[in-house]
Formats: sequence, C-alpha cells, structure tokens
Amino acid sequence: MTLLITVLSAVISTLIWYTNEKARELKIGVLLYMFWGASLMWLVDAVVEYIEIREEYFSPALSDMLNDTFLGLTEVVLALVVWVGIILFKDPKLTVKKVLGRK
Amino acid sequence: MACFLVPTAEAIVTTVVKKAVEKKEIKENKKDDSTVKFSEKLGWLNGMLWGGSGLLAFEHLWHGEITPFFPFLTAVSDPSETAEMLHEMATSGTAMAVVVTLAWAGVVLATNKISVKKLEENRIKGETSE
Repeated sequence: MTLLITVLSAVISTLIWYTNEKARELKIGVLLYMFWGASLMWLVDAVVEYIEIREEYFSPALSDMLNDTFLGLTEVVLALVVWVGIILFKDPKLTVKKVLGRK
Repeated sequence: MACFLVPTAEAIVTTVVKKAVEKKEIKENKKDDSTVKFSEKLGWLNGMLWGGSGLLAFEHLWHGEITPFFPFLTAVSDPSETAEMLHEMATSGTAMAVVVTLAWAGVVLATNKISVKKLEENRIKGETSE
C-alpha cells in the first residue's frame, strides 16, 4: 500500500508539474524527486519481498494493510510539509520578503 | 533495516560531484543555454536520492528500525541482526541505488536526444532562412 500511495502521488505530482506553470514556479519538482525516488526504492523492496514470500505478497493481513496505508499517507504529508518548508525558505514569489518587509 | 543508507551514501557522493561540476562549468563560462547543464542533470539524481532516502528513513523510524539516539540503528545492538542488516544493505540497498541511477541515466539519455533534435532543427531553420 505504501508503494501504491507513493507511486500514485508521484504520477499526480508529475501531471501537475507538466500542465501547470505556476506549480513549476512553486518548485513542485521537489515533490517529484521525493515521490519518484521513494517509489523506485520501495519497488526494489517489493520485488525482494516477492522473491522471498511469492504469492503471499499479494494477500497481506488486514492489519498490515491498514498500517501500510497509514504509513503511506503519513509519507505523503511529510513530503508536502518538506515542500512547503522549501517554498517558504526559497521564497520563489518573494511573498515572505514582501510580508516581512512591510513590517 | 538500513537499506536506505546505501542510496544516502551515493547521494553524499553525487552532491560533492555536483558542486565540483558546477565550479568547473562556471570556470569554463558556458553560455550555451540550448542544452541542460550536466550539473543540473546531476541535481535530478541528487533530488531522487535524497528525497527517496529521506522518505525511506522515515519508514524505518516508523517500524522502529532507527532511533533518534545512539547507535541510531536498532540492529546494531545484536550481532546476528547486524549481519542481517549488512546483508540487506548489500542486496536491497545496492539494488535501490542502482535502480534510481539507471532511471536517472534513462532520463538523461532522453534529454540529450531531445536537445540534439532541437539543435538540429535550429540549424536547419538557420540554413533555410539564409
């Protein structure tokens, strides 16, 4: 589930990056790096696990699935928080500078 | 267990290499804007390695495999677990680093092809307008 959620996030952020210039200005590329990097790494993890446990990989216990879903969503939120932090730090629209300069 | 340490180590190396390449490019003062600089391409690899390793590190924290205090890796306290951890780093960790690098190499190859095509089109356009 973690892998699925991350790949889905990677695909969605890629589509937004491709279609939206404003999103590119807001450094959405950071999300692409995080989601695609993690997706590829978890894909390797999934392949290794599949080699070890074969068909069982596709029928996980409900509690494991729930935990993995919770983890996946938390990872997405963490990535979004990092992205917002980078936006505020790099300030591509100079909003922070303008607001602080006013005071 | 600690597989994310291998891509993290690669990320440290590529970050240092990127800085060196950037310095070299500034020294050479390349003014050709039609192609993406190699340092920028290395930045993509850096981003994927750091970003992926960061999210994986959080997953390990979630599963209690790393702790915020010394020795940071729970597997280090037990020799049999340490051996398992090192084996995982050598197999899964290395595979992760290789897969991310290969994906990046694919993107770089595609970008280079697009750049060459664009240069060729510009050259033909220039010849026909003369």
